[in-house]
Amino acid sequence: MKEKLLDAKDVSVAFKIAGEYQTALHKVNLSINRGEVLALVGESGSGKSTFAMSVMGLHNPEQTQVTGSIKLNDNELIGLTERQFDKYRGVSVGMIFQDPLSSLNPLMKIGDQIAEAITVHDKQSKEVKNRVQQLLLDVGIVDAKRVSQQYPHELSGGMRQRVMIAIALANEPDLIIADEPTTALDATIQAQILDLIKEIQLKKNAGILLITHDLGVVAEMADSVNVMYAGQIVEQASVEELFNNPKHPYTRSLLRADPSDVNPGEDLYAIPGTVPALNDMDHSKDLFLQRVPWLNDEVVNAPVSEELQKVNAQHYVRGNVWKTFEFEEPVNNEEQV
Amino acid sequence: MWQTVLRRVLLMIPQLILVSILVFMLAQLMPGDPFYGNLNPNSDLATIERMRHAAGLDLPWYEQYIKWVGNVLHGDLGTSYVVNKGWAVTRIIGQRIWPTLSMGIIAAILTYFLAITQALLAARNENKLIDRALMVWNTMTSAVPSIVFYFIMMVLFVYIIPIFPISGTGIDDSQNFTTNFFGNLSYAFLPALTIALFSTNSIFQYLRSNLLDQQAQDYVRTARAKGVQIKDVFRKHILRNAFLPIASGIGYSITGVLGGAIFAETIFGYPGLGALFVQALSGRDYTVITALMLLQGFLALMGGLLSDIISAWVDPRIRVK
Amino acid sequence: MSELVRIENLKVYYPVRSGFFNRITDNIKAVDDVSFTIEAGQTYGLVGESGSGKTTIGKSLVGLENPTSGKILFEGQEVTQIKQKKAINYNKDVQMVFQDSQSSLNPRKTIGEIIAEPLKSFGVPNKIGAGYGGERSFEQSKVDERVLELLDIVGLPARTISQYPFQFSGGQRQRIGVARALATNPRLIVADEPVSALDLSVQAQVLNFMKKIQRDYAISFLFISHDLGVVKYMTNNIAIMHNGRFVELGTTEDIFNDASHIYTKRLLSAIPSLDVSQREAKRVYRKKVEAEFTQHQDTYYQQDGKRLRAYDLQQVTKTHFVALENGGV
Ligand SMILES: Nc1ncnc2c1ncn2[C@@H]1O[C@H](COP(=O)(O)OP(=O)(O)O)[C@@H](O)[C@H]1O
Ligand SMILES: Nc1ncnc2c1ncn2[C@@H]1O[C@H](COP(=O)(O)OP(=O)(O)O)[C@@H](O)[C@H]1O
Ligand SMILES: [Mg+2]
Ligand SMILES: [Mg+2]
Repeated sequence: MKEKLLDAKDVSVAFKIAGEYQTALHKVNLSINRGEVLALVGESGSGKSTFAMSVMGLHNPEQTQVTGSIKLNDNELIGLTERQFDKYRGVSVGMIFQDPLSSLNPLMKIGDQIAEAITVHDKQSKEVKNRVQQLLLDVGIVDAKRVSQQYPHELSGGMRQRVMIAIALANEPDLIIADEPTTALDATIQAQILDLIKEIQLKKNAGILLITHDLGVVAEMADSVNVMYAGQIVEQASVEELFNNPKHPYTRSLLRADPSDVNPGEDLYAIPGTVPALNDMDHSKDLFLQRVPWLNDEVVNAPVSEELQKVNAQHYVRGNVWKTFEFEEPVNNEEQV
Repeated sequence: MWQTVLRRVLLMIPQLILVSILVFMLAQLMPGDPFYGNLNPNSDLATIERMRHAAGLDLPWYEQYIKWVGNVLHGDLGTSYVVNKGWAVTRIIGQRIWPTLSMGIIAAILTYFLAITQALLAARNENKLIDRALMVWNTMTSAVPSIVFYFIMMVLFVYIIPIFPISGTGIDDSQNFTTNFFGNLSYAFLPALTIALFSTNSIFQYLRSNLLDQQAQDYVRTARAKGVQIKDVFRKHILRNAFLPIASGIGYSITGVLGGAIFAETIFGYPGLGALFVQALSGRDYTVITALMLLQGFLALMGGLLSDIISAWVDPRIRVK
Repeated sequence: MSELVRIENLKVYYPVRSGFFNRITDNIKAVDDVSFTIEAGQTYGLVGESGSGKTTIGKSLVGLENPTSGKILFEGQEVTQIKQKKAINYNKDVQMVFQDSQSSLNPRKTIGEIIAEPLKSFGVPNKIGAGYGGERSFEQSKVDERVLELLDIVGLPARTISQYPFQFSGGQRQRIGVARALATNPRLIVADEPVSALDLSVQAQVLNFMKKIQRDYAISFLFISHDLGVVKYMTNNIAIMHNGRFVELGTTEDIFNDASHIYTKRLLSAIPSLDVSQREAKRVYRKKVEAEFTQHQDTYYQQDGKRLRAYDLQQVTKTHFVALENGGV
């Protein structure tokens, strides 16, 4: 039996914008098992980071409403006070961010920034120096001594991201959240960082929430995938199911937009339009269908059940349109943004 | 690092020469000289001419300049004609520099202390009552003309709540400041506080907005994700980054003391360089004036150097290896 | 096929200053002796990790940087130095699109003003088509007309003209950058990582669009990218660059089917594949290539101080060149 690590139920998030709360995340359900890599994928603006920040409790409480339930190891996180959250951040869950340069304090030595992750939860901790060196070695930085005396600007992008991973790992958390961890890196460095994350995950049997907009990264890393659009999950499947048997029109459109397997003579499928603005989201519909030009209004505006539809035990999809969805041929997608 | 400092110091030499020429020319342009105006009205023109000749004032300017520079290099800045007649200018300055320096340092410490605490309070409570109150107060002090502000301070602390000693009465002009250092230091407090209160506002505004900018930076999120409490994030991460652009100003603010002192010292009757400058100016005691301007020019250059060193010291990114 | 631009033995060095007198003590060899040719109407790919010198080549080509030595020939005419480029109004024929559309569009200017800039310098061509060399007009009404036409070409509405860059998304700003580059009917556009910052859906829009204008107006591209997936889709020829040098050069097929240099193999092995069933095998292969790359550097590189310096290119086939001693045999 798999051990459930993170269990999010009906998580909704609204931001106060110009005095009014606007929904950015609508009733998200997802769970991660110990030792599982779960990918959360979608275009920018679809709500991926908003979900991650809810798990971290890092939304500004005065501007944000978070409702629903997020349980980590059966402990409810929603409703914790700041002080309670401080004790769990960095201990039970560690986080890696997109841009490792701006995510490190430019005025602080690398070693001190890693050490802080340890000492903040364990003031008396001896051996901090040794643990910092060991963490650097764990993330593949061989001359740990020298690097811990350096400042962020003195390191390459890949090295910086390794340092961020060392920080996230400092207290051996059960869950690691990686929000676009390789988006700012070269392909070769990306491959190295992804391999490192995979290696660590296997060694520590941690759960990983991997946030990305890159389907290639998903295919390389994930055990299961959640596709998010406009603050909702539209498809949930094991990684094999998702790539071999994609169902939701959004997932299929994204896969068709990827140039890597397209013949240079053909056009790519360019999804017209953009993710709607927060004040323009009616979550009772399948919001992606607005971006499928050949569907008629009746289909686009049809109400959709909150429950995802089951395809099989490893595969759930939002709405019913996927059952009949076809791309219109030939694809005509010129000049739309 | 040291190489860079050394290079900067060497670069100061031509700058200093330029400053000295400028100062000297300014002195030349000043109307009149000590021998007209301030002498015994009975002395005749011939006597004055003789005295001017003895002082070398009838030579062409460049000869005077070279002679003057030569003397300056030997530590001879001439003798005062008016303020302390017959005293070496170096002696006068040597005596007056202590009150000003101590007042300047107290003022700088107070300024930064007040600005930092206020800015931290305001930024941590953005848009709350305390933030608004501090904004209003600081806008007020920046809007009030300095003369009005100084008089309010004067009236408030001298007549209404006289907790500080006020100098004119205490310090003896001719007595050496250092002999009763701490006793005399207490006189520095009121003018220093006044300068500080008046100059806090611009640093406060700047620092507050820097703090808010820095608060939105990614590294703050990282620190929070480690589990660092928000107040410690401010203390250990945000403050230093927000202070960075201001740190380089510290050098200038210490050396800018002379300018600020003129007003405060005159109003509070505090016997420092600022007051000396006013005295010398009204008496056209231009050996003293020239010396003070030279000192000010030198301090300004030192301020620049100090600022560069401070910036490099706090910011590893501009540190030269 | 006709040659449009030829680059011969291009070197761009940046001086490193140090010591007490701040003298030039060393050079960063950002571009170190590269040669290649861009054919009219074709897309040439320039690929390598960041810092390999791609942008520097692009900048020398459009005239934002003066080469240290070497030659740039445009239709046989020498345009190596910025002075020479100015003399023939070279930039009406060669334009650049930047990766970071955010910082390359002046935030205080309207979109209309931004696109009109090159038109004000080089005039409005009377006819559309790459490299139209005929009459050019400087009348304001013509400029306005052309700006509207360009917005239409890149698929933005006319009201865009009076809006500011911040009002647009990344993909839209990238199109505005393209519109500006297109304004003067250039024959070559240097596109420096034009889609690296974009989402997949927007990336597809921009790439389709670049292909379309190439078809319609026979424009050539120098397409700079570190994403081999995109490069494969976009280019006819590719140069792989490392530390300022070309390590491999060939047609897109040469590079993807017959990569010979370890650095090229390393880049190829890093492309994530959508085929889930292959991922373990790929990871193993990637590790193997990485090991070969780190352990056998002396086979593939000359040592140049601490930096790896690729050998000179050797011809393998008619189109394919590799930087190996003796061509790798
Ligand atoms: N603090 C916030 N205040 C207001 N709106 C926000 C805030 N954070 C995110 N949003 C909005 O919520 C939506 C989802 O954003 P985000 O979670 O960052 O998306 P993703 O990570 O998928 O790119 C976007 O429209 C974004 O503008
Ligand atoms: N203006 C400059 N001054 C000094 N060095 C530079 C300058 N521009 C680029 N470089 C250096 O030249 C090398 C190549 O840079 P660049 O052409 O930007 O690479 P790429 O575009 O492939 O990432 C890098 O080592 C970079 O640091
Ligand atoms: Mg995000
Ligand atoms: Mg570049």
